[in-house]
Amino acid sequence: MMARRIGRMSPFNITALALGMAFLYLPIVILVIYSFNASRLVTVWGGWSLRWYHESFNDRAMLDAAWMSLRVAAVSATIATLLGTLAAVGLVRGERFRGRTLFSGMLYAPLVMPEVISGLSLLLLFVALNAERGFWTVTIAHTTLTMCFVTVVVQSRLASLDRSLEEAAMDLGCDPVQAFVRVTLPLILPAIAASWMLAFTLSLDDVVIASFTTGPGSATLPIRIYSEVRLGVKPEINAICTIVIALIAVLIVIASLASNLSSSEAKSAAPL
Amino acid sequence: MSGQSPEIDTAKINTAVAQATAPANDTPLLRVESVSKKFGDFRAVDRLSLDINAGEFFALLGPSGCGKTTLLRMLAGFETPDEGRILLGGRDIAPVLPHERPVNMMFQNYALFPHLSVRDNIAFGLKRAGMARAAIDTRVGEMVALVKLDGLEKRRPDQLSGGQKQRVALARSLARRPKVLLLDEPLAALDKKLRESTQLELMELQRRLGMTFIVVTHDQEEAMTMANRIGVMDAGRLEQVATPRDLYEAPASRWIAQFVGDVNLFDGEVASREHHHLTIATRDGGSIVVAEPRDLVGNTVVSVGIRPEKVKVSRRGPASDAGTSQAINRLEGVVTDVSYLGGSTVYKLKLDSGAVVRSSIANTARLDIDTLSAGQRVVAWFTPDDCVVLEK
Repeated sequence: MMARRIGRMSPFNITALALGMAFLYLPIVILVIYSFNASRLVTVWGGWSLRWYHESFNDRAMLDAAWMSLRVAAVSATIATLLGTLAAVGLVRGERFRGRTLFSGMLYAPLVMPEVISGLSLLLLFVALNAERGFWTVTIAHTTLTMCFVTVVVQSRLASLDRSLEEAAMDLGCDPVQAFVRVTLPLILPAIAASWMLAFTLSLDDVVIASFTTGPGSATLPIRIYSEVRLGVKPEINAICTIVIALIAVLIVIASLASNLSSSEAKSAAPL
Repeated sequence: MSGQSPEIDTAKINTAVAQATAPANDTPLLRVESVSKKFGDFRAVDRLSLDINAGEFFALLGPSGCGKTTLLRMLAGFETPDEGRILLGGRDIAPVLPHERPVNMMFQNYALFPHLSVRDNIAFGLKRAGMARAAIDTRVGEMVALVKLDGLEKRRPDQLSGGQKQRVALARSLARRPKVLLLDEPLAALDKKLRESTQLELMELQRRLGMTFIVVTHDQEEAMTMANRIGVMDAGRLEQVATPRDLYEAPASRWIAQFVGDVNLFDGEVASREHHHLTIATRDGGSIVVAEPRDLVGNTVVSVGIRPEKVKVSRRGPASDAGTSQAINRLEGVVTDVSYLGGSTVYKLKLDSGAVVRSSIANTARLDIDTLSAGQRVVAWFTPDDCVVLEK
């Protein structure tokens, strides 16, 4: 069956697939391979080595930036998940409030807004508020960016939940809050976890908004890497980038597994 | 939630039950007083009044969109009436939230919690009521035995068949021993054989527990089988509340006669009246004599309804001595269609006036040589007692 399916693919399709994948992943593969390069020269292969991983762990400034990025990502993802989930609950459950259509439309705006514009507008806001730029300004900026992603993910999960589950909980003695906590929340938890990881990854990735909103001495990892590369690519950067890629890949796999789990549960929860 | 102590919860439920069931003299357990509910411009329930007694098995029957589910949801507390009152044991429960009502509901799609086991689904309402762990275990055990789910306690809902899910939903809604159990199309998702056996089990259960059941259904056979009384709803109003027999044999209107069971209808006008017999001049069936004890004041435009199984058919008509003092209505026509259904055979006759009459005859003998076939000229007859006069 499997062999037949592959056999049915024409040579053209196979070539197209291979070229497409190569286009997407070849640069990353090269970066990963060269992170294990023993040579000091980025372009010359000098055998396998973990030297640059070792060196990057001794680079104080790089480690600070990585720590900063992880903190920003964790805090902003947590706040975004909380606010985004609340927004999703409001949009799905509060059927009759005025301006619901406007709100859900506005939700998608940050998804399509160019990051430069988001970054600049946030910078202007922070300047106007006279806020000292650093950890919190980046965190708030990332929260506004990632919250809409959370809302979209949680919203679709909530909308697929049978409303009568909450009614059944209330019928059996739960007040509305208890019904939400005991029935709805466990059922949307996989979606919430997935969206937290999505928000975390997005925050970890971001250069543009972070560079607008960060202050002196609080560079995130992507900003740090970007400024190092401008002075010439050091092999050490390859090692750091490989670590980041691995981290993000793991999170994305977990997130998609969680949301698969969540949607297969939604199917079994559907009426017959 | 953890802030509330369990004892307080129990007390609250107990007083709610006590207040709701305090016997106020000969008031019904549940009284619906001219209740209306509008969704936008649509009147789902229109000034509806209804009394339901303790221990009754009551069915709300009606076509989809007639407002029966809205009425049920108002009883459960998921909708609030725009007008009118709902009294449970003499107390107005309109402002009482669903979780404080001594009423439980079994949902049409069962609404089982997919993240909880069968046991935890059944125990859900008991935990909220703050019952002690040991008491919960006992009660869950009783419920599992009651609905015959032994051995399935640890399964998740998605590991159950449709019939098993239905039983879990039933056990869960019965576990709190509500004063009134509301069932929204409880058997709609089951196949025919399972539905019939479950109907009998529900009746048995209701008798044994002495609980009041209110079931919403669009299936008249289901309503007739299970219920002591049936309320027929159409367009937000109760058209008739009656026992299954009265509903079928004495429908209150032309619409109900057609909605419940099959009926032959002849439109006409009252021509004369003699004691308890009316002669009605019909357009398609000539004059038909009908036994009618009521006085139809001022209403002369009526329909005559005869159920198909009360129409007899034969080649020569009734034997001359068959008649007592009663006049017998005779209609002549040609058999156009014969449908053999096993227990009975349905004949379609075309009368000389062009109208079609259906007759259903029970197949009481295995070998019947005197069957009628299409194209034969026959006589259909029925007594005045078998006719019902329908207004509206």
